Amino acid sequence: MDRRRPRSFYPLAAFFALFLLFLYGPTLTIAILSFQGPTGGLTFPMRGVSLHWFHDLFQQQAVGDIWGSFRRSFALGLMVMVTTVVVSVMGGLAFRKRFAGSGVLFYLVVTALVIPSILISLGVGLIFNQTGLDVHWSTSGFGAQLTWTLPFGLLIMFAVFNRFDKSYEEAARDLGASPWQTIAHVVLPIIAPSLIGVALFGFTLSYDEFARTLLTAGSRNTLPLEIYGMTTNVTTPVIFALGTLTTLFSFLVIGVFLTTVWALNRRRARAGSDAGKGMV
Amino acid sequence: MAALLKNRHLTGWLLASPLAAVLAFFLVLPILMIVVVSFWGATEFSIYPAFQFDNYHFLLTSPVTLQVFLNTFKYALVTWALTLGIGFTVAYFLAFHVRSQTWQIALFLLCTIPFWTSNIIRMISWIPFLGRNGLANSTLISWEVIDEPLEWLLFSDFSVILAFVHLYTLFMVVPIFNTMMRIDRSLIEAANDAGATGFQILTNVIIPLCKPGIMIGSIFVVTLVMGDFITVRFMSGSQSANVGRLISNDIALLQYPSAAATAVILLVTVLMVIGTLLRFVDIRKEL
Repeated sequence: MDRRRPRSFYPLAAFFALFLLFLYGPTLTIAILSFQGPTGGLTFPMRGVSLHWFHDLFQQQAVGDIWGSFRRSFALGLMVMVTTVVVSVMGGLAFRKRFAGSGVLFYLVVTALVIPSILISLGVGLIFNQTGLDVHWSTSGFGAQLTWTLPFGLLIMFAVFNRFDKSYEEAARDLGASPWQTIAHVVLPIIAPSLIGVALFGFTLSYDEFARTLLTAGSRNTLPLEIYGMTTNVTTPVIFALGTLTTLFSFLVIGVFLTTVWALNRRRARAGSDAGKGMV
Repeated sequence: MAALLKNRHLTGWLLASPLAAVLAFFLVLPILMIVVVSFWGATEFSIYPAFQFDNYHFLLTSPVTLQVFLNTFKYALVTWALTLGIGFTVAYFLAFHVRSQTWQIALFLLCTIPFWTSNIIRMISWIPFLGRNGLANSTLISWEVIDEPLEWLLFSDFSVILAFVHLYTLFMVVPIFNTMMRIDRSLIEAANDAGATGFQILTNVIIPLCKPGIMIGSIFVVTLVMGDFITVRFMSGSQSANVGRLISNDIALLQYPSAAATAVILLVTVLMVIGTLLRFVDIRKEL
């Protein structure tokens, strides 16, 4: 085959580069502006370079409770992450065989994915209010977020099990493994890297969710709600400093997850096959 | 017990029960609650159970409703066209022009990482760019393209759609890239051997085979835009309205029954759009 690049490569590569600039440019802009000097405003020019606004973040704020909301968002993210992984794996296993009502359940999952978020927020909020239950981020907020993270987790599990080679399981059964042993020692280790992916979706989608927590978080805000509150009454670059910090935090989380997937895959590539090692 | 566990219906439900429970309590019940409350009445401070059609009557006879729905469709349509064009081109480049798999994965990840960061921050980050004294205006002025700063860059339909495209193009790139990677390369080779030009291969082979990915991406983008309220509110500076904002305004005024009625109509509209799109694709087969 001809290894020269087709002429269309260059305009497409330029388009792709512009797309990346479009994706990351604005975020880089606020990252730069968050180092504004103490007298600087929300736009360029930079009036000096300082850590003033980051320092400001750690001071007592006039309104709100940034660090409290960060802790809540972090805890909620972990809760949603663990639940999403466990429930998605169970759901993925269930959907490998048809069972009575599996079609209906599948359409409910699709509905959860396409329903406007504000409906979940409104509906869950109304149920909790009318039944006298306390609206709280760890109960109503937690459940409302699961309706967004579970469909993603489940879609990933569908993709994983569609590609899953069933002969591994048959081999385990032939060797006398019980159903539980087959799952624990064969299926789960094979799908482990995808589970890290599901965990990444679970944590980050929860950590950044706004609409579904709006009416379900109660009086204690999560971080996105706090940031949204700041957009209406904060007019200094402190909001850029906060935005830069939480974006960095997201990058850190994504980096940890992706490195774990990479390490798992490497380990598997190294230890997974004994081909060429002769008879043991 | 062992015999019971052989029953696929029973094991299926046992495994799916946590999923079913979450969806029942946080999806089905809330929808039912919204439908019920949409028939209720409201005073200035509270809502009371009733069975009246006032909310729907008001909604369906108000000229504002039609206008807001049309505006919502306009946002959805324009955003859909732009994200499809950009998303398809980006996926096409990644799938067919990047040859090393390592680069393919790296560039694909670079496209998806923003999806895992905060939407609100990504909206805020347009302000220093589009504002009256922002980067775009000062650059255009220094190039002498314009004399006065453009007022329509921020807090306008332009900025709303720009933000939508910025936030949601990923939802097109990922499914289209996924279907493109599964196209058998020998089909393209065959088309090439049969004398098709690059453009003919694109329109006669690649695009038809990408249809499922395009449909899934379209479902994501259309539903996200139609259900949005925060992007429109923030990026239009509260000057434009869509259905989501109609609902959130009612909520802010504690007019839950009226918000619920609007929500019901929005849900029916979205489901009709999705139902139409789903006729073209079987999602479960395409993952």
